[in-house]
Amino acid sequence: MEKPAQGVSQGPLLKISNIDVFHGTFQALWDVSLEVNAGEIVGLIGANNSGKSTLLDAISGLLHPAKGEIEFDGQDISAVEPFRIVELGITQVPEGRGIFPDMSVLDNLILGSYNRRARSRKAENLKNVYQHFPILETRKKQTAKTLSGGEQQMLVLGRGLMADPKLMLLDEMSLGLAPIIITSLYKALQEIRERGITILFVEQNVKRSLQEADRAYILEVGRVTLSGTAEELQEENEVKKAYFGV
Amino acid sequence: MIDISSLAGPLVNGILWGGLFALIGMGMSLVFGVMNLINVAHGDLVILATYFAFFLSTGLVLRQDLPLAMDPILSLVIIVPVMFALGFAIQKFLLNRALTVSAEAPLIIAFGISLIIQNTALKFWSPMSRSLMPPYALDVFVIGPLRIRLVYVIAFVAALIMVFLLREFLRRTYLGRAISATAQNKKASHLMGINTGRVYSFAFAIAMAVAAVAGVCLGLIFSFTPDKGIQFLIIAFGVVIIGGLGSMVGTLLGGIIMGLVMTFGGFFLNLHWQMLLLYLVVIVVLAARPQGIFGR
Repeated sequence: MEKPAQGVSQGPLLKISNIDVFHGTFQALWDVSLEVNAGEIVGLIGANNSGKSTLLDAISGLLHPAKGEIEFDGQDISAVEPFRIVELGITQVPEGRGIFPDMSVLDNLILGSYNRRARSRKAENLKNVYQHFPILETRKKQTAKTLSGGEQQMLVLGRGLMADPKLMLLDEMSLGLAPIIITSLYKALQEIRERGITILFVEQNVKRSLQEADRAYILEVGRVTLSGTAEELQEENEVKKAYFGV
Repeated sequence: MIDISSLAGPLVNGILWGGLFALIGMGMSLVFGVMNLINVAHGDLVILATYFAFFLSTGLVLRQDLPLAMDPILSLVIIVPVMFALGFAIQKFLLNRALTVSAEAPLIIAFGISLIIQNTALKFWSPMSRSLMPPYALDVFVIGPLRIRLVYVIAFVAALIMVFLLREFLRRTYLGRAISATAQNKKASHLMGINTGRVYSFAFAIAMAVAAVAGVCLGLIFSFTPDKGIQFLIIAFGVVIIGGLGSMVGTLLGGIIMGLVMTFGGFFLNLHWQMLLLYLVVIVVLAARPQGIFGR
């Protein structure tokens, strides 16, 4: 898979430096550092309770790090409120999809463009979403909770796109979905990347993640234990041992 | 044998009362649906609007010789914006902050608001029973054996209008959609860029605006005292439970069901059983179908 040309940027789009994040008194992340460059697809791989969702929530501003910094596009966003972070250009597709169950598909999508920056581009983004996921246009009047799992995942991906993001965070996109659907979703992700949107996704499936990502980080019990390009990690013996049972 | 035509009275009146009950319940349903808060001051806030209308219709003296008596329905032009602003302020400065302390703290604040309203009303207007009495307060339509008070019809029409307005607002405007979304999935709403604090403030403000309409209608139909709020809080509770959350139409139908229970209860049993019957129905619905008859 070809890497797209790097833009003329001053450093990484997202830079996380040595953050500790707590849930109340429980420490979920320890001294975590991570970088995502513009145009990349980066994977964050880890088992349950490794802190993956916590990390995404910290980026989205739902949690704030007790220590360390999170920088986006050169700006410190560690203490910024969630709705402002969306305005700055980071959108998250949460674990469990997070549809608005009693609203129609179209209403869900329209809500995606709630932030001020995205509202002016609503019509254009909607067209793009329908291009990536034609089924959403077919089902646009349907109530969201009546959609299948795969369709709901497409809906929330589309909703994330409606926010006109620079960076998309995906939390366990393939959870509970059939392999054939997962494949089509990842294909859509590559198309989304070609639009110039940077992607950071969280997954448990190591093999799949390393196939799709340019680079990846391995998270274990709240710490980054390994990182590198997908090729490097595929070679890495420890990864092989731990996850492939070799 | 019961004469069928005599059932027409409780039927029609029950439906019309349903309008008033729905009006009272709508604000509470909105607040509970959006921020999971049982506003125990809701009944008192409705009564506050009633007393406001009373003040505007009897208390304003512009010059020594020129008392200003505003028609209660006309006075909504003043009362609705004032209650809206009051609701916005209460949520923004009191309840939103209480929410950062704990999930229960807003309940205590609401209780405090309830006490403040009751005692303020007591101080200014005494425990004497009051009524809003514009010239049409006692007008009655006579249709065959039916005697229908005009103010019942006014309340019902007001309820229909408010249900329609609220439903369209929640469906068609960005803010309305944001309010619905926050009620359905708070985390996802944050991730849409919705400022949930602001959404809460607007939701509470809208609830107060509806409470204002409810308060005026209430004052036209019933006499009221400073402590009447609690009685209507319980009715609001019943409407919300029976109608289910998330549906404005459900709230209207919930109100109508409660209205019919009351009128038929009074018809078949006696008046003293009305309230008890109502509470029993609420308990039965809670036990059998907690999400309400029309709820999600």
